[in-house]
Order: sequence, then C-alpha cells, then structure tokens
Amino acid sequence: MNKVLLQVEDLRTYFFTRKGVVKAVDGISFYVREGETFGIAGESGCGKTVTGLSILRLLPEPGGQIVGGNIILDGTNLMELDKKEMRKYRGRMISMILQDPMTSLNPVYTIGDQIAESVRLRHDLPDNMVEPEVISALRLLNIPSPETILQQYPFQLSGGMRQRVVGAIAMSCRPRLLIADEPTTALDATIQAQYLALFKDVQKKTNVAIIFITHDFGVIADMCHRVAVMYAGKIVETATTKAIFNEPKHPYTSALINSVPRLERKDTRLYSIKGQPPSLVNLPAGCRFAPRCPVAKTVCREQEPPEVDIGDGHSVSCWRVR
Amino acid sequence: MADILLEGRELKKYYPVNRGILQRTVGWVRAVDGISFTIERGKTMSLVGESGAGKTTTAKAILLLERLTSGTILFEGKELSHFSSSQLKTEYRPRLGSVQQNPWSSMNPRMKVRDIVAEPLVVNTKQKKAQIRSRVAELLEEVGLNPDQVENYPHEFSGGQRQRIAVARALALNPSLVVLDEPVSALDVSIRAQIMNLLKDLQQQHNLSYLVIAHNLATVRYMSHSVAIMYLGQIVEYGEAEALFKRPLHPYTKALISASVLTLPEDGDQETKQIILSGEMPSPMNPPPGCRFHTRCPEASAACSQEVPPLRKVGAGHYVACNRV
Repeated sequence: MNKVLLQVEDLRTYFFTRKGVVKAVDGISFYVREGETFGIAGESGCGKTVTGLSILRLLPEPGGQIVGGNIILDGTNLMELDKKEMRKYRGRMISMILQDPMTSLNPVYTIGDQIAESVRLRHDLPDNMVEPEVISALRLLNIPSPETILQQYPFQLSGGMRQRVVGAIAMSCRPRLLIADEPTTALDATIQAQYLALFKDVQKKTNVAIIFITHDFGVIADMCHRVAVMYAGKIVETATTKAIFNEPKHPYTSALINSVPRLERKDTRLYSIKGQPPSLVNLPAGCRFAPRCPVAKTVCREQEPPEVDIGDGHSVSCWRVR
Repeated sequence: MADILLEGRELKKYYPVNRGILQRTVGWVRAVDGISFTIERGKTMSLVGESGAGKTTTAKAILLLERLTSGTILFEGKELSHFSSSQLKTEYRPRLGSVQQNPWSSMNPRMKVRDIVAEPLVVNTKQKKAQIRSRVAELLEEVGLNPDQVENYPHEFSGGQRQRIAVARALALNPSLVVLDEPVSALDVSIRAQIMNLLKDLQQQHNLSYLVIAHNLATVRYMSHSVAIMYLGQIVEYGEAEALFKRPLHPYTKALISASVLTLPEDGDQETKQIILSGEMPSPMNPPPGCRFHTRCPEASAACSQEVPPLRKVGAGHYVACNRV
C-alpha cells in the first residue's frame, strides 16, 4: 500500500451571505494515497468543487471561509500556513484542472507562454531552460508536435486539445496531488475516452495522486480506486469503487446508481429520487437525505447519523447501517 | 405497415464560408450532407453524434428554423415544399413542439410561468383568456407542477422544474411531434431520471412522436425506438434501437458504445478493453475523401479512403454505411 499523501479531517467550509450561512462543506474527512485516484461524486451543490478549492485554499473572498478542520499534505497542515507559504504549495505540490477549457486558458497568450508562466513561477529557471520544460510538459500529455502548438493560441485548438493543454499546465511542475474538477464534462464521448486514458497514463508515469470530482458514475467506474459520495455538504459513503457499485450501503448512493440509465441493458423504467436536494442555508434536522429517503425512520429525521466503519475501508453515515 | 409521421429524404444543409472584403464564398460547411430517416407516430427516434455531427441542424430544419439546401421533408405523407407559407404556419408548425437543452436560457426571465406556457396558445389560437388559463393549469398539472405557481418567474424554479415548464410549453398546442434537443444533459443525475420518466409517460398518454438529440447513448437507449448515429453530417448507422445496441456494426458506433458502457473495475485490474479512437472529428468544411470516418477508424483499409460507403441494409430495419461490413 502506498503511503497517505493527503489527509482531510473534519473540513468545514462555509459561505457567509446575506441570506445566511451556506454550509457548503460541513465536516468531511477522507484521505488520498500516493498514486491513487480518489473520486468525489455528487450532484451540483453538494460541495464537491468547494472541497477541491478548500484544499488549495482558493475560496472566493469575501464570503468563503474554512471554519474548521485540518488539511494535512505529506505531514504539513496547510491550514497553519500563511498566504505566502501557501503559494509555494499551489502548482508545485497541488494543482487543479477545471471543467471548461474555454475559460481556463487566456485567449490572448500563446500556449507556450501560458505553460511557461507556471514553469517560471515555480522553478526559478534561467530563460533557456524554460522551453524544454514546457515541451516536456506537452509531451507528458501526448500533445502531437509540441513545437508547433507552443506558438498557437487557444482558439486554434480543438476542445480536447485545449483540455490537454490545461492538463499540461497543471502537470508542468510535477505536482504530487492533482485535483481534477469535472475535466471531461465539456468533451465529446470519444474525446472523453481519450482524455481519461491519458490521465491513467500520466498517473503511471508520475505517480501523482488524483482527486477526481465528477457527477458521472461512468467516469468514476473507469478512473477511480476509491470514491466518496457527497450529499448536501457531507460525505454519506466512502468505499472502493467496486464496493460502491456492487454493494452500496447508503440509500442515496444506491438511488443515484439506479437512476442512471445503463447502456448494457434495456431499462423499462428508471428509478427516480423524489424531490430535490435541500437548501444549504436551511438544512433539515437529522440526516440530510431523510426527506427524500424511501426508507427513512423516525430517528433519521431527528438525529444526524454517525459515520460507521463497516470494514475494508467502507464507511457509511446512515442509521440503517449499524 | 408502420405509421410514418415525418420522413426526411436526402436532407442537405450547407453553410457558405465567406472571406475577404468582397465576402466571396470560398467553401461550404457541409453540416448535414444527405441524410434520410423516418419518424413513426408515437415512437422516438434519436439522432446521436458528437458536436459538429449535424444533429441540431437537422432538428432546426425540421422545425423550419433553417432552410434546407436540398432534400425533402414529408409530414404525414405530404411534402413540405407543397405547403404555402400560411399553411406551414397553421397546419405544420403548430403540430411540432420543441424543448431545448438549457432550461436557464430557453425562457424569458421576465415572463411569468403563466405567460411562458400560454405563449404558443396566444400566438396560434384565438382562444379566450379563461380558456387559456385553464389550459395552462392543465398543462402544468400534467408535467407534475403545482398550478398555483403560475404567477412565479423562472428563476424561482430549479433546473428540473424549469425543464418541466419547457415541456408544458411544448405540449400546449397538442403537437404530434416534439423535438427534444439534449433534454436532460443540463440536469443533475437524480433529476434526469424524473424528466425521462415524465417524457415517456407523456408519450404514451398522447401518442407523441419524439425526435431526441443526444450524445449520451445510455439516455438514448432508454428513450428510443430507433436510432441514427451521425458522423460529420452523415448517418453511419441507422436502425431499431435494440438491434443497434445489441449488434453495433459500424466501427464508430462500436467506439461510441465502448466509451459509454459502464465498466466496473475488476479485482486489482483497472484496465478495460475499451476502444479508444485516435484523433478528432475532421472539419465539416473539408471532409476527408472516401468514408468520412476512415481517418480515425481502427478497422480502415486502403479502400476506405477512396470509396464512399453507401448506407446498406444489413438486417430488418438496420442500415450501415461501412465498406467492411
């Protein structure tokens, strides 16, 4: 087993708005090992992106604030670092890929300039050393003819190629942890398959740990070793990918998996979860999923369920699992 | 004999590419390049393909939002070109409804739900206000919304509820065909199932035909009776949904299916036998000669770069355009 690279303990990230306190992430704990891909799955508004941003301490200010918890990366608690020290970690140790490659690249700079920017910021390299670094970053992401691409602008590239460039920027300083936030949602099916295969390849070459944030269970099944399922700011279940699909314990997890149509079979009717996720300003008492849960009991509506470890790294927060 | 509601024959839509001060036409983008299909009454046909394949252009042509370069559309056996423009307005267009992908941009944020759903009725019929009111309430109820919310604005609803409003609007005139352009792809996973089930129920109740445009094959399999797989403006495989998913023949269909099948990680081994295509879809301005897919096809032979494969029948209602099949 590889050693644990990142340990998140009881992380709480709140947004202080005029309408009230939005508890976007409300006490979550997980760890990621070196060379492992850890998935965070959930619907929009469940707090998965905020989790990623919290690890980088890049929350929108004012408003967003980490109000509690620890983020320990390779023995250092990121919560104890000041702003200047934190900057050294971003890019060098942790980097992030965002969903939309159209908006994460600057349209008026060439690809070469944009990768060089991150290479320069982090390595203090002499000028003649920058270009080889940039080219090796492009090579790592399997970008054909990197010397030509260097001179091009984002609009000259296709969506898939742009997302590879974003990946090259993220990997240019050989980080140990990569946070990928829905990196394939904007891509077409066959291009998505290419990109995911590429990620596995990059991970094999660099042993980078990846946190894969997605709502797509197909991507989870394909990419992740372990998964955490989030609902309304909490992790409801953590397990290996296989266990999540084969023996989901939390009613939300199984409902979510059953509501996705499968290509391998003909469904006559899809299972659908009634209602919508709760407002994060005004959370229900007890289990947050209780109002939509088909098997909720009285206790579910009164008390929050504790996280129970059922063995093999499988933990569930549900009153029905003891 | 199948009851055919709408038929497209050899539909083509080319867009001119203009360059220079004189805006001379230097080329054509062949968005849709000779496709034929039929939509049966009460059934769903899906157009599947990646962005730029020509799916939305086809749907727009059917909705009369784009003028075709050539080709014929037959509605209930009558050619649309024989309709006068007033006939199109009164006898064709009201029989069609449409639901767009993004429920955040398909509605005027300043209009109340009542007015959004009532608009097709106001424009196309001479119904009295009271009649329209009761029809709007009936429609909202039908799509699972509370009719008391008619005075609300779109921003007061969630994505799933907005998509229900869009469906109610599409059904206002009792259409025969509803064009659904990526109806669930902007929605959350748990909401998608609700909307797909709703669409299926409505189809049965009203004997509606659907033309679904989608890129997610699992969604397509769940919704459709027949499927057309498009690549670079052409149909590469077309047929009854079950036959096509059970026995895909075109290498592009196989790759798409392979990309969408949920493969569980096996013990200790995450490697799967996925088909991963190399490269990207070429530009529709300058499509490759021969089979348009040969540049990315894992099974291509030398002949594929020269011979254009015709769409051939390979089984009951199953057609493939591939030289190797």
